[in-house]
Amino acid sequence: MKFGVVVFPGSNCDEDLVYVLRDVLHQDVVKLWHKDHDLQGADFVFLPGGFSYGDYLRSGAIARFSPIMQEVVAHANKGGFVMGICNGFQILCEAKLLPGALMHNESRKFICKNVYLKPVSKSALPTKNLDFDKAYKVPIAHGEGNFFAGDEERKQIIQNDQILFRYCNAEGETTEESNPNGSMLNIAGITNKTKNVFGMMPHPERAADFELENTDGREIFESILALVNA
Amino acid sequence: MSTFKAEIDVMPLEALLDPQGKAVSGSMKNLGLPEIGGVRIGKHITLQVEAKDKKTAESKVDEACKKLLCNEIMEYYKFSVSEVK
Repeated sequence: MKFGVVVFPGSNCDEDLVYVLRDVLHQDVVKLWHKDHDLQGADFVFLPGGFSYGDYLRSGAIARFSPIMQEVVAHANKGGFVMGICNGFQILCEAKLLPGALMHNESRKFICKNVYLKPVSKSALPTKNLDFDKAYKVPIAHGEGNFFAGDEERKQIIQNDQILFRYCNAEGETTEESNPNGSMLNIAGITNKTKNVFGMMPHPERAADFELENTDGREIFESILALVNA
Repeated sequence: MSTFKAEIDVMPLEALLDPQGKAVSGSMKNLGLPEIGGVRIGKHITLQVEAKDKKTAESKVDEACKKLLCNEIMEYYKFSVSEVK
């Protein structure tokens, strides 16, 4: 399994992802430049966090039309794996690879802190191998993470087991107080119908190194690795 | 070919909370204008289109709105097109 990490102008979590995949998890990783039309043989493509194209117009709206995204969309449509974290999640929604949209946080504030996540989908790679009774501590850092989908899309998301994570408290309860940004149903991450495209606002790559004393994110990567390398 | 100018408004859907508009509504009281409320904040975009007639220009602007300028999951748009003399 070869991993690719796309670098857009304004990406700022690409190095963290490469570090976690290559140095912490010992995987084969290549960086993919936004102007290229080549996925360099990557089987699993990550879209990192950051502020691609300065978040102009809407977060992720411009990145969606970059040359590399045409390859990422084709890869996903053939069943290839794609995962977007934070700005990467916003790009995947804009590209219509994932349902819904990410609106401004209800508080209008940029929020950077640890939150707790409850894994939900028992059929998606990033969550399948997780402990469903555990609240995973992973940081968020975003101004536009308020997930919203229209009635029809919302029904589909629930029916097809497409919710990856919901914001919860340290005890694993999904309460209104534990929802940092106003997301519908406390949704922190979702997958597509065919379960090969994933998006989440929290940053597991910022919680995957023992030196950071924040390591719950590592289990999310390990869940993916155990299944794709199986 | 003629040049047309489009004036486009992209607004948050009425059913959705607009936190920016809400904050501005709230500040109206503080500046002594309690009569003002219901502020909604969106984007105003202007652009030029080369087209053979107004109808073609409108259809190009509509396509730009649908594909890029507006995300119809959370926003709606309206526009007017006029020829630049």
